[in-house]
Amino acid sequence: MSSSLSYAYYPGCSGQGTSIEYEQSSQAVCKALGITLQEIPDWSCCGSTPAHTVDHTLSAALSARNLGQAEGMIVNGVITPCPSCLTNLKTASHRMKDETFRAKTNALLEKPVNNTLPIMSVLQVIYEQVGPEKLKEKVVRPLTGMKLAPYYGCIMNRPPDVMDFDDCENPIAMDRLMEALGIEITPFPLKVECCGASYGVARKDIVMHLSGKLLDAAEDCGAEAMVTACPLCQMNLDLRQGQINSANKTNHAMPIFYYTQLIGMALGLDEADLGMKKLCVDPGKAFRKMEARKAEALEESVVRRSGN
Amino acid sequence: MNTIRLNTACDADFINQVEKESEQDMSLCYQCGNCTAGCPYTTFYDLPVNQVMRLVQVGQREQVLSCKSLWLCASCESCTTRCPNDIDVARIMDVLRHMSRRAGHATERRVKIFWDAFLSSVERHGRVHEMGLMATYMTKTGRMFTDIDLGMHLIPNGKLSLKPHTMIGKKEVSEIFKRFNEERSS
Repeated sequence: MSSSLSYAYYPGCSGQGTSIEYEQSSQAVCKALGITLQEIPDWSCCGSTPAHTVDHTLSAALSARNLGQAEGMIVNGVITPCPSCLTNLKTASHRMKDETFRAKTNALLEKPVNNTLPIMSVLQVIYEQVGPEKLKEKVVRPLTGMKLAPYYGCIMNRPPDVMDFDDCENPIAMDRLMEALGIEITPFPLKVECCGASYGVARKDIVMHLSGKLLDAAEDCGAEAMVTACPLCQMNLDLRQGQINSANKTNHAMPIFYYTQLIGMALGLDEADLGMKKLCVDPGKAFRKMEARKAEALEESVVRRSGN
Repeated sequence: MNTIRLNTACDADFINQVEKESEQDMSLCYQCGNCTAGCPYTTFYDLPVNQVMRLVQVGQREQVLSCKSLWLCASCESCTTRCPNDIDVARIMDVLRHMSRRAGHATERRVKIFWDAFLSSVERHGRVHEMGLMATYMTKTGRMFTDIDLGMHLIPNGKLSLKPHTMIGKKEVSEIFKRFNEERSS
């Protein structure tokens, strides 16, 4: 792969803490796929949801500082693994196309931002610049036999005119990448439904209800694990799964992976570099079921061959 | 059921202000209800989002700005994505939340405390410090055991840092807040 896949990388705050395994696995997978990540020097928080609930200029300024830090880097654009960071960076950039808004935002910043770099998710770059076919060629440990529900979360693809990637009601990028690894993707009608976002702390009942619904639906669809691309979705479904089970009187033991962890596994990367042990719900169950199914398929094919 | 006398109780300035700040045309909403149909939060709202839209159209400032729904919208963008008239409904909800905040409302107090604690963490450290954010939230709400069970998994796994993450330009970030507050108070 050419070295032209070089990007200014915005890790986001949660990557330093609650979603450290997403950060580790994104780094490891990008390296293995020939995508060069140059961390934006001295990046700061994008302001996340709280900033845009206070004021749109404040929110844009907090995000735009990072776009400013990336200007001058020799890169194809700015990329981030986190959809919440992504939506803030993209919305800031989108609104700053308006001159009055750009001037107001720049007035809050130390140095004005030109706003010229394209902004994408790591998922978009892997999907569009590497693609399922090339990814498939690189698989050394197929994850055949694993059955997953693909969950994109609410803002990776919405609103479509700002996010400008994949389908806003039925996104397929992660489906195709997972299929390239040999994984069976189950139908999942709640691909873009909200998990309860950051209400887990102040209004836990909301997350119990919404994330509970996602887990119930994934199980009903025959999924043995779920795959996500969002730190907040992953945290609500994985870390809060015990709380959800107590609140809703359910017994889910559904492993919740980051898509980068599974790509890394299939590429034969070291589990420790993918942060597998940092997941809350034991992911081993999904792999054991996968192995059992593989063994079953092998046995069947042997029987069939000996029968002929 | 509330009765509104439109000839006496319609606040036209309110409608104009919402339209100006959100850059949306309120009159485009014909109450199809698609926003509410797709809203994951409507179970928790006191006013469904289409009713918020309608009440803005008829200039009901107080009722809109004091409702709980504004503080429970997660900006999941379902309404905006599905509006047949391309109204950015989530942006209107966000703008109403700004106005509600400026008018001194906080109908979901704990939500506001959480968001404020998040922003003050960013203002102080440049990057959000999750542990510090939780400590501020617990102190301000008096809910000292919030998510204590989650800490048992997070801390031993190195997923919750006791110390804030360092960055060089944190003053640049706090200056953004300073300029914003100065501009607002001027």
